[in-house]
Amino acid sequence: MEVGVAAFMALLGVVTVIGSLRVGIGWGAEGPKSGFFPFWVGLIVVAASLYNMAQAYTKGSRKLFASWSQIGQVLKVVAPLTIYVAAIPWFGIYLASALLIAGFMRWIGRYGWPLVLAISIGLPIVTYLTFEIWFLVPLPKGPIEELLGL
Amino acid sequence: MEGIGDLMTGFAVVLSWQNLLYMLIGIVLGVIIGVLPGLGGANGVAILLPLTFTMSPTSAIILLSCIYWGALFGGAITSILFNIPGEPWSVATTFDGYPMAQNGKAGEALTAAFTSSFVGALFAVIVITLAAPLVASFALQFGPAEKFSVFFLAFCSFVGMGKEPPTKTIAAMMLGFALAAVGTDTVTGQLRLTFGSTELLGGFDFLIAVIGLFGIGEILLTMEEGLSFKGKAAGISPAVVWQTWKELPRYWMTSLRSCLIGCWMGITPAGATPASFMSYGIAKRASRKGDQFGKGEVEGVVAPETAAHAAGTSALLPMLSLGVPGSPTAAVLLGGLLIWGLQPGPLLFVEQKDFVWGLIASMYLGNIVGLIVVLTMVPFFAAILRVPFAIIAPIILVVCAIGAYTVHNSTFDVVMMLVFGVAGYLFKKCNYPLAPLVLAIVLGDKAEEAFRQSLLISQGGLGVFFSNGLVGSIMVLGLVALFWPVLSNFYSRLLTSRRA
Repeated sequence: MEVGVAAFMALLGVVTVIGSLRVGIGWGAEGPKSGFFPFWVGLIVVAASLYNMAQAYTKGSRKLFASWSQIGQVLKVVAPLTIYVAAIPWFGIYLASALLIAGFMRWIGRYGWPLVLAISIGLPIVTYLTFEIWFLVPLPKGPIEELLGL
Repeated sequence: MEGIGDLMTGFAVVLSWQNLLYMLIGIVLGVIIGVLPGLGGANGVAILLPLTFTMSPTSAIILLSCIYWGALFGGAITSILFNIPGEPWSVATTFDGYPMAQNGKAGEALTAAFTSSFVGALFAVIVITLAAPLVASFALQFGPAEKFSVFFLAFCSFVGMGKEPPTKTIAAMMLGFALAAVGTDTVTGQLRLTFGSTELLGGFDFLIAVIGLFGIGEILLTMEEGLSFKGKAAGISPAVVWQTWKELPRYWMTSLRSCLIGCWMGITPAGATPASFMSYGIAKRASRKGDQFGKGEVEGVVAPETAAHAAGTSALLPMLSLGVPGSPTAAVLLGGLLIWGLQPGPLLFVEQKDFVWGLIASMYLGNIVGLIVVLTMVPFFAAILRVPFAIIAPIILVVCAIGAYTVHNSTFDVVMMLVFGVAGYLFKKCNYPLAPLVLAIVLGDKAEEAFRQSLLISQGGLGVFFSNGLVGSIMVLGLVALFWPVLSNFYSRLLTSRRA
């Protein structure tokens, strides 16, 4: 896992270097060109990551990164969160948030419906009042809000 | 005594009903943020920053800096009552705070923690009041090379002082610089590293990175540990407070030492977390009751709390006077200044006197208000932590998502937040430090600008960074900090070989 993270960072470093080469890393009329700074930064990322990778390979790899049950726990958050993020452009942030909270409380917390509904509907309303009415910050809305004419 | 007059003007700015109200809201919100897992000072401020766009800069900074003070106070509550550090800098507080609570002395531990936090913060604010204007007027003479050398020193100290492996710190930091470089080049206006994507035109916003790395990443970590909060009952009666206050002056030496450690670590951007550990370690060695540490010694609560607050507060000194933040939260506040149209750095003291001195005055008042709030409302804050994680977690996720969205009103940012969140979790697991990454994203453009301008002046020679005594010595200090791990390793090897 450590190796994977280091490899990923090295990859980002390589991407930076390539991107910098595209805009030019040399000395232009305006002084150092746009790619100059990121080019060296990218090189350092690559070098440091390769070193980290070698280090992780030699000693770190025997240590368990996380147990399967721990990874399962983490995925229990990542999966609904990914769906939530994907749903925001379609359903608006209010409905998506209500669904996320309700799903999470019901599925992981195993709470009774009254409490689940109270919080999952209550929080979006509080959010609406705070953001749109008090601070006048618009948040993404979906079909439900349109129905309500908000 | 021009400073005193300026400070009084600052108090006049702060002492309006509106600003006092913001102060109170900020402190209470801050403590809640500090108590909750997954919401820390840095991303709490980041989430609320978009709400302040329409406020006057002074009110906004009062609100946000008070959230910061509140979060600093809040960390102690969870450490002492639940043995769960709400913030990384309160880890050292758990060593003696939690045993005290187990012995039925929760009230004493909390009072000691809050009071020493207050003392540490007050000390740091006095240091800021006296030193910041001097540093700022000195820094007014800085050219690009000097500016870059200050950035260089700040970033090198992360490498030298961090407890993470140096190559990991360097990798994380440089990744931050690379992320900062994406988008429009601030010097020439040319686009770079966008690879044809329109979403990346504006680059990566550090607010999104902070919310993702610290907020989402932290939730994932908490979830992995499968926390169940089992806490000690909290209650502070005036009698207990009075009793503890009578006892505390005995530890004035520990307190003073911790203040100094905290200020030093806060100004050089090592931050509150190492400051609290270092202060605890030194207090343990210096105290006559050192062997009692870890079993519930008041002194073991005083030392880390004082240092953490002194460091957290003094981190604002370089942010205000040089434009180089000393901690991730200070970095977010600095980003706020830029958004409100203020240019952080030495000129702030000349051009925005009301703002600067209003902020400094609010530090005095905010910490007094904070002390009163936490002392009186501890049971309420402890009750929040008893709310099960299955309810808190999705609410925090929603709050983070809203915070990420409101930065630019863009749903793409919410996606980026998720990416940063998973990255933050992996980085934490693999022991990569997040603070230098965030600081690099915030300061990347400015550091690069200073670097390129210096090279422009020198026509490409690196000699410009050693061209005069000032810039040369800052650069040398930076290099020493950068190679500190290697140097200290070499030195200890030299010692052992001599002994052998």
